[in-house]
Amino acid sequence: MTSSTLLAIGAGIAVLSGIGAGIGIGIATGKATEAVARQPEAEGKISKLLLLGSALAEATAIYGFVIALMVIILLQ
Amino acid sequence: MGDLAAKLTEELTCETVFTIPILGGIPISESVVVTWIIMAALLVISILLTRNLKVHHISRRQAAVEAGVTALENIISGILGEEGKAYGTYLFTVLVYLAIANLIGLLGFKPPTKDLNVTAALALMSIVLIEYAGIHKKGVKKWLKGFSEPIAIVTPINILEIFIRPLSLCMRLFGNVLGGFVVMELIKTIIPVVIPVPFSFYFDIFDGLIQAYVFVFLTGLFINEAIE
Repeated sequence: MTSSTLLAIGAGIAVLSGIGAGIGIGIATGKATEAVARQPEAEGKISKLLLLGSALAEATAIYGFVIALMVIILLQ
Repeated sequence: MGDLAAKLTEELTCETVFTIPILGGIPISESVVVTWIIMAALLVISILLTRNLKVHHISRRQAAVEAGVTALENIISGILGEEGKAYGTYLFTVLVYLAIANLIGLLGFKPPTKDLNVTAALALMSIVLIEYAGIHKKGVKKWLKGFSEPIAIVTPINILEIFIRPLSLCMRLFGNVLGGFVVMELIKTIIPVVIPVPFSFYFDIFDGLIQAYVFVFLTGLFINEAIE
């Protein structure tokens, strides 16, 4: 295996952190939908909380992406 | 792979446009120049929109401006609450700047938020404001005491938070803008016609506005938490 193949594999593994963010945001959105269905008048508050939770959950995916970029650029 | 890596490196490095010939030369990078352009545009728009304001018989322009400013102010005061109202003006400015900075890629400029230094500077300003708000409200003694709450054992984690918060704010904004950009470039190299349009709506417009909102939202939330 050449070193660029290994780099590609490493970057791919780093981006796997997106799985967690995907599951987290999926669960959050599902629960938010349930909450709005139960209490439509609280929609404003719920969507604010959903946005906050999604932003925080998404951060892990972004870290994975930044690490993958660093792997490709700094190690080649 | 090598081709893509070279392209990514080119996107990550911020070019120096020109150098100010004092103190041994101060390099001015592209993101700074684009920021200046945004500042000038905002200044001109603000002056044009706020000329001839009246109390009675307002013009259509004034009504539109008032509606827009009130809507944005409501968003921000909703995050900050009653006590943190004084910090709303800064957040308002950052929100408008970030929204334009994230969207300016549509006009062919390089978005300043794609430069790590810009987002790092914004995050540093945010954390300084957050800690200042805490000290201003509680006084130094109580602020220091706040680190060992609710129990003494969490003190190291609370201190670490000072460094983690700006790092997270900075990386989130930078990573999102750059990530959207890289995905768009990949789509454009595979299928250059029609297909990129809906993706562009998501990555360039929707994502940019959401990230501007999230940055301001988190800063406001931390300020709110600091002054409680």
